[in-house]
Amino acid sequence: MKVYLYEKIWMWGSALLIVAFLGSLLATTFGLGIRPPSHVETIDPKAVRTDPRFAASGVTVRPDGSVRVVALAQIWAFVPNEIRVPAGRPVTFRVTSPDVLHGFQIVGTNVNAMVAPGYVSQVTTTFHRPGEYLIVCNEYCGLGHHVMAGKLIVEAAP
Amino acid sequence: MNRAQRLPLAHLWVAFAAFGLASLMAVMQAMSRAEVQLPARTAAIYYLSVTAHGVLTALVFTTFFIMGFGYVIARTALRRPLVGEGVAWASFWIALIGTLLATLVIVLGKASVLYTFYPPLQAHPGFYIGAALLVIGSWGWCWVMVRTYRAWRRDNSGAPAPLAMHGLLATVIVWILATIGVAIEVVVLLIPWSLGITKTVDPILARALFWWFGHPLVYFWLLPAYVAWYTILPREAGGKLFSDPLARVVFVLFIVLSTPVGFHHQFMDPGIPAGWKLFHTVNTFAILFPSFLTAFTVIASLEVAGRMRGGRGLFGWLGKLPWGEPLFTSVVLAMTIFAVGGFSGAVNAGYGMNAMVHNTAWVQGHFHLTVGSAVALTFMGLTYWLLPRLLGRELKFPAFAQVQPWLWFVGMMFFAVANHVTGLLGMPRRVYDPAYFGAAAARAWAPWTAVSAAGGVILFVSAMSFLLVAVGTALWGKRMASPPEIAYAEPLEPVPPRRSLWDRFGLWTVLAVLLVLIAYGLPLFGLLRLERFGSPGFKPF
Repeated sequence: MKVYLYEKIWMWGSALLIVAFLGSLLATTFGLGIRPPSHVETIDPKAVRTDPRFAASGVTVRPDGSVRVVALAQIWAFVPNEIRVPAGRPVTFRVTSPDVLHGFQIVGTNVNAMVAPGYVSQVTTTFHRPGEYLIVCNEYCGLGHHVMAGKLIVEAAP
Repeated sequence: MNRAQRLPLAHLWVAFAAFGLASLMAVMQAMSRAEVQLPARTAAIYYLSVTAHGVLTALVFTTFFIMGFGYVIARTALRRPLVGEGVAWASFWIALIGTLLATLVIVLGKASVLYTFYPPLQAHPGFYIGAALLVIGSWGWCWVMVRTYRAWRRDNSGAPAPLAMHGLLATVIVWILATIGVAIEVVVLLIPWSLGITKTVDPILARALFWWFGHPLVYFWLLPAYVAWYTILPREAGGKLFSDPLARVVFVLFIVLSTPVGFHHQFMDPGIPAGWKLFHTVNTFAILFPSFLTAFTVIASLEVAGRMRGGRGLFGWLGKLPWGEPLFTSVVLAMTIFAVGGFSGAVNAGYGMNAMVHNTAWVQGHFHLTVGSAVALTFMGLTYWLLPRLLGRELKFPAFAQVQPWLWFVGMMFFAVANHVTGLLGMPRRVYDPAYFGAAAARAWAPWTAVSAAGGVILFVSAMSFLLVAVGTALWGKRMASPPEIAYAEPLEPVPPRRSLWDRFGLWTVLAVLLVLIAYGLPLFGLLRLERFGSPGFKPF
């Protein structure tokens, strides 16, 4: 196979670019621990509201100072609809659905997760900027998909 | 028009009808998201139309166009009649009946589940059965393509397939590998569930099977466009193909790498371990490579053409290219847009970065640059090239055919750039109305959704111009005594007479199957071993 010099330069350049992409990606994965939310935990979607893991939704502060938020994404609302968390501390959201697929996206942050019935989604982040954030469902869930929204209030640390 | 042309033409007309209906849906949606109060604007109609638009463009327009184009390639590149023309017609009718059934159910509002049809949203069984028939019809097409190639190979022992057929065979293999996933999803999980035979479906398993299909689907669209870029564009530009062997390598790499990449659509999903998502990420970045090679070869071929036409200097050859030719303009603009779409695609595939864009308007911006332009605009250009050759008629309204690709380009720039921006600002995709009760974050989207709607209107004008030319040519195009022939670009260097490693489809298919078994077999096995709870169906539409 005849490969011209310019072609070879281009091929090596392309390969290097891809290696650079993957290299930076692996560096952020293993160096900074940036991974997509990939929690593996199942739950019976028909018994979500009586399951001890989701019977009480809301915010709890754990002894180590980290924050845990338990929420439901359902047709067509988030429960609780308003979530208050402190700034500057790791916050872990645990979300599931009793009905169809939903999304859990906090606009202006890196919180973005699919919520599937039968599974528990878990995503952890730290909010640095106090303020009010919009939570939206970003996976089509029926006629009220576009009104499925909630509010996150990040409070300045006292 | 002789009898042999009827088969591809029948496919093309179904494709164009789907495209026309989908365009009407699209302009309504772009305006709805900009909060323009159209008459009869309701959420039910919006989500119905998003479903129809997705199914008619992503599944019907593309599949029928590719089947028709594939038959043209098989007959003209191999210079022999198709083997199994009866099977081809039967497949056409099966696919058409499936399409009509699914479309009817969607229009009746019984299947507003979007083209991704994720359970536990449950459509009317007619939707799944229609989709299955479309896929079964396409398998008939695969059978005819492979049989025709094998008959040719018997008579041309040792010779490599002409490049255009090489690319179409790669398309066929990618399609078969891809559709296994969706066939399992639809036939085993969804049809019995929608008929009430089974009670529940696991939504994550269904999504994994869908994206086993959903990403190689992208290459099923793209590879025929690449065939046009490699084998038709250089000749129409007045030049030669820069490298035939590297083009073969490109198609083979797509056979191997197309399928084990689907988890990059499920980065944000629970239930799938991060390690498997990373494995699919690496494969996804690897598949950038053949597209980089394509960019070089196609641009080099255009330079060859420009210089053969007397172009001088570093860029002087560009001006010598036939910018008035609709095929040329369409394809070059399609490739230009694809370069931008490739960039946003690399962001989508970026494992951690995906959290910023997943399920936002960014994604719809991205795939309108790729399938909605790189592929669709190439197919429109191909139509301007194919119709006179198949119908034996001159192109009607050629001025429209010349302006239409530019309109598409401009409209898509408005539409897609605006969607990328609103996506980064956090606007979800597929929302009927993005007002969110006046939330501050949502107010920032409004200027951009207006730009997107303006783009949508321009795209609609472009789509209608395209259909006007196509229908006009069929009805009123001047008959030609001797229509131009369907011929393919010569390579700069002669093709070696013997088949090489890159022509051994069986070998590469085995490798591809092994990769799929690793990439899907192991994680799906892990998923099946969990204590899983299925979901009953919901119809909130």
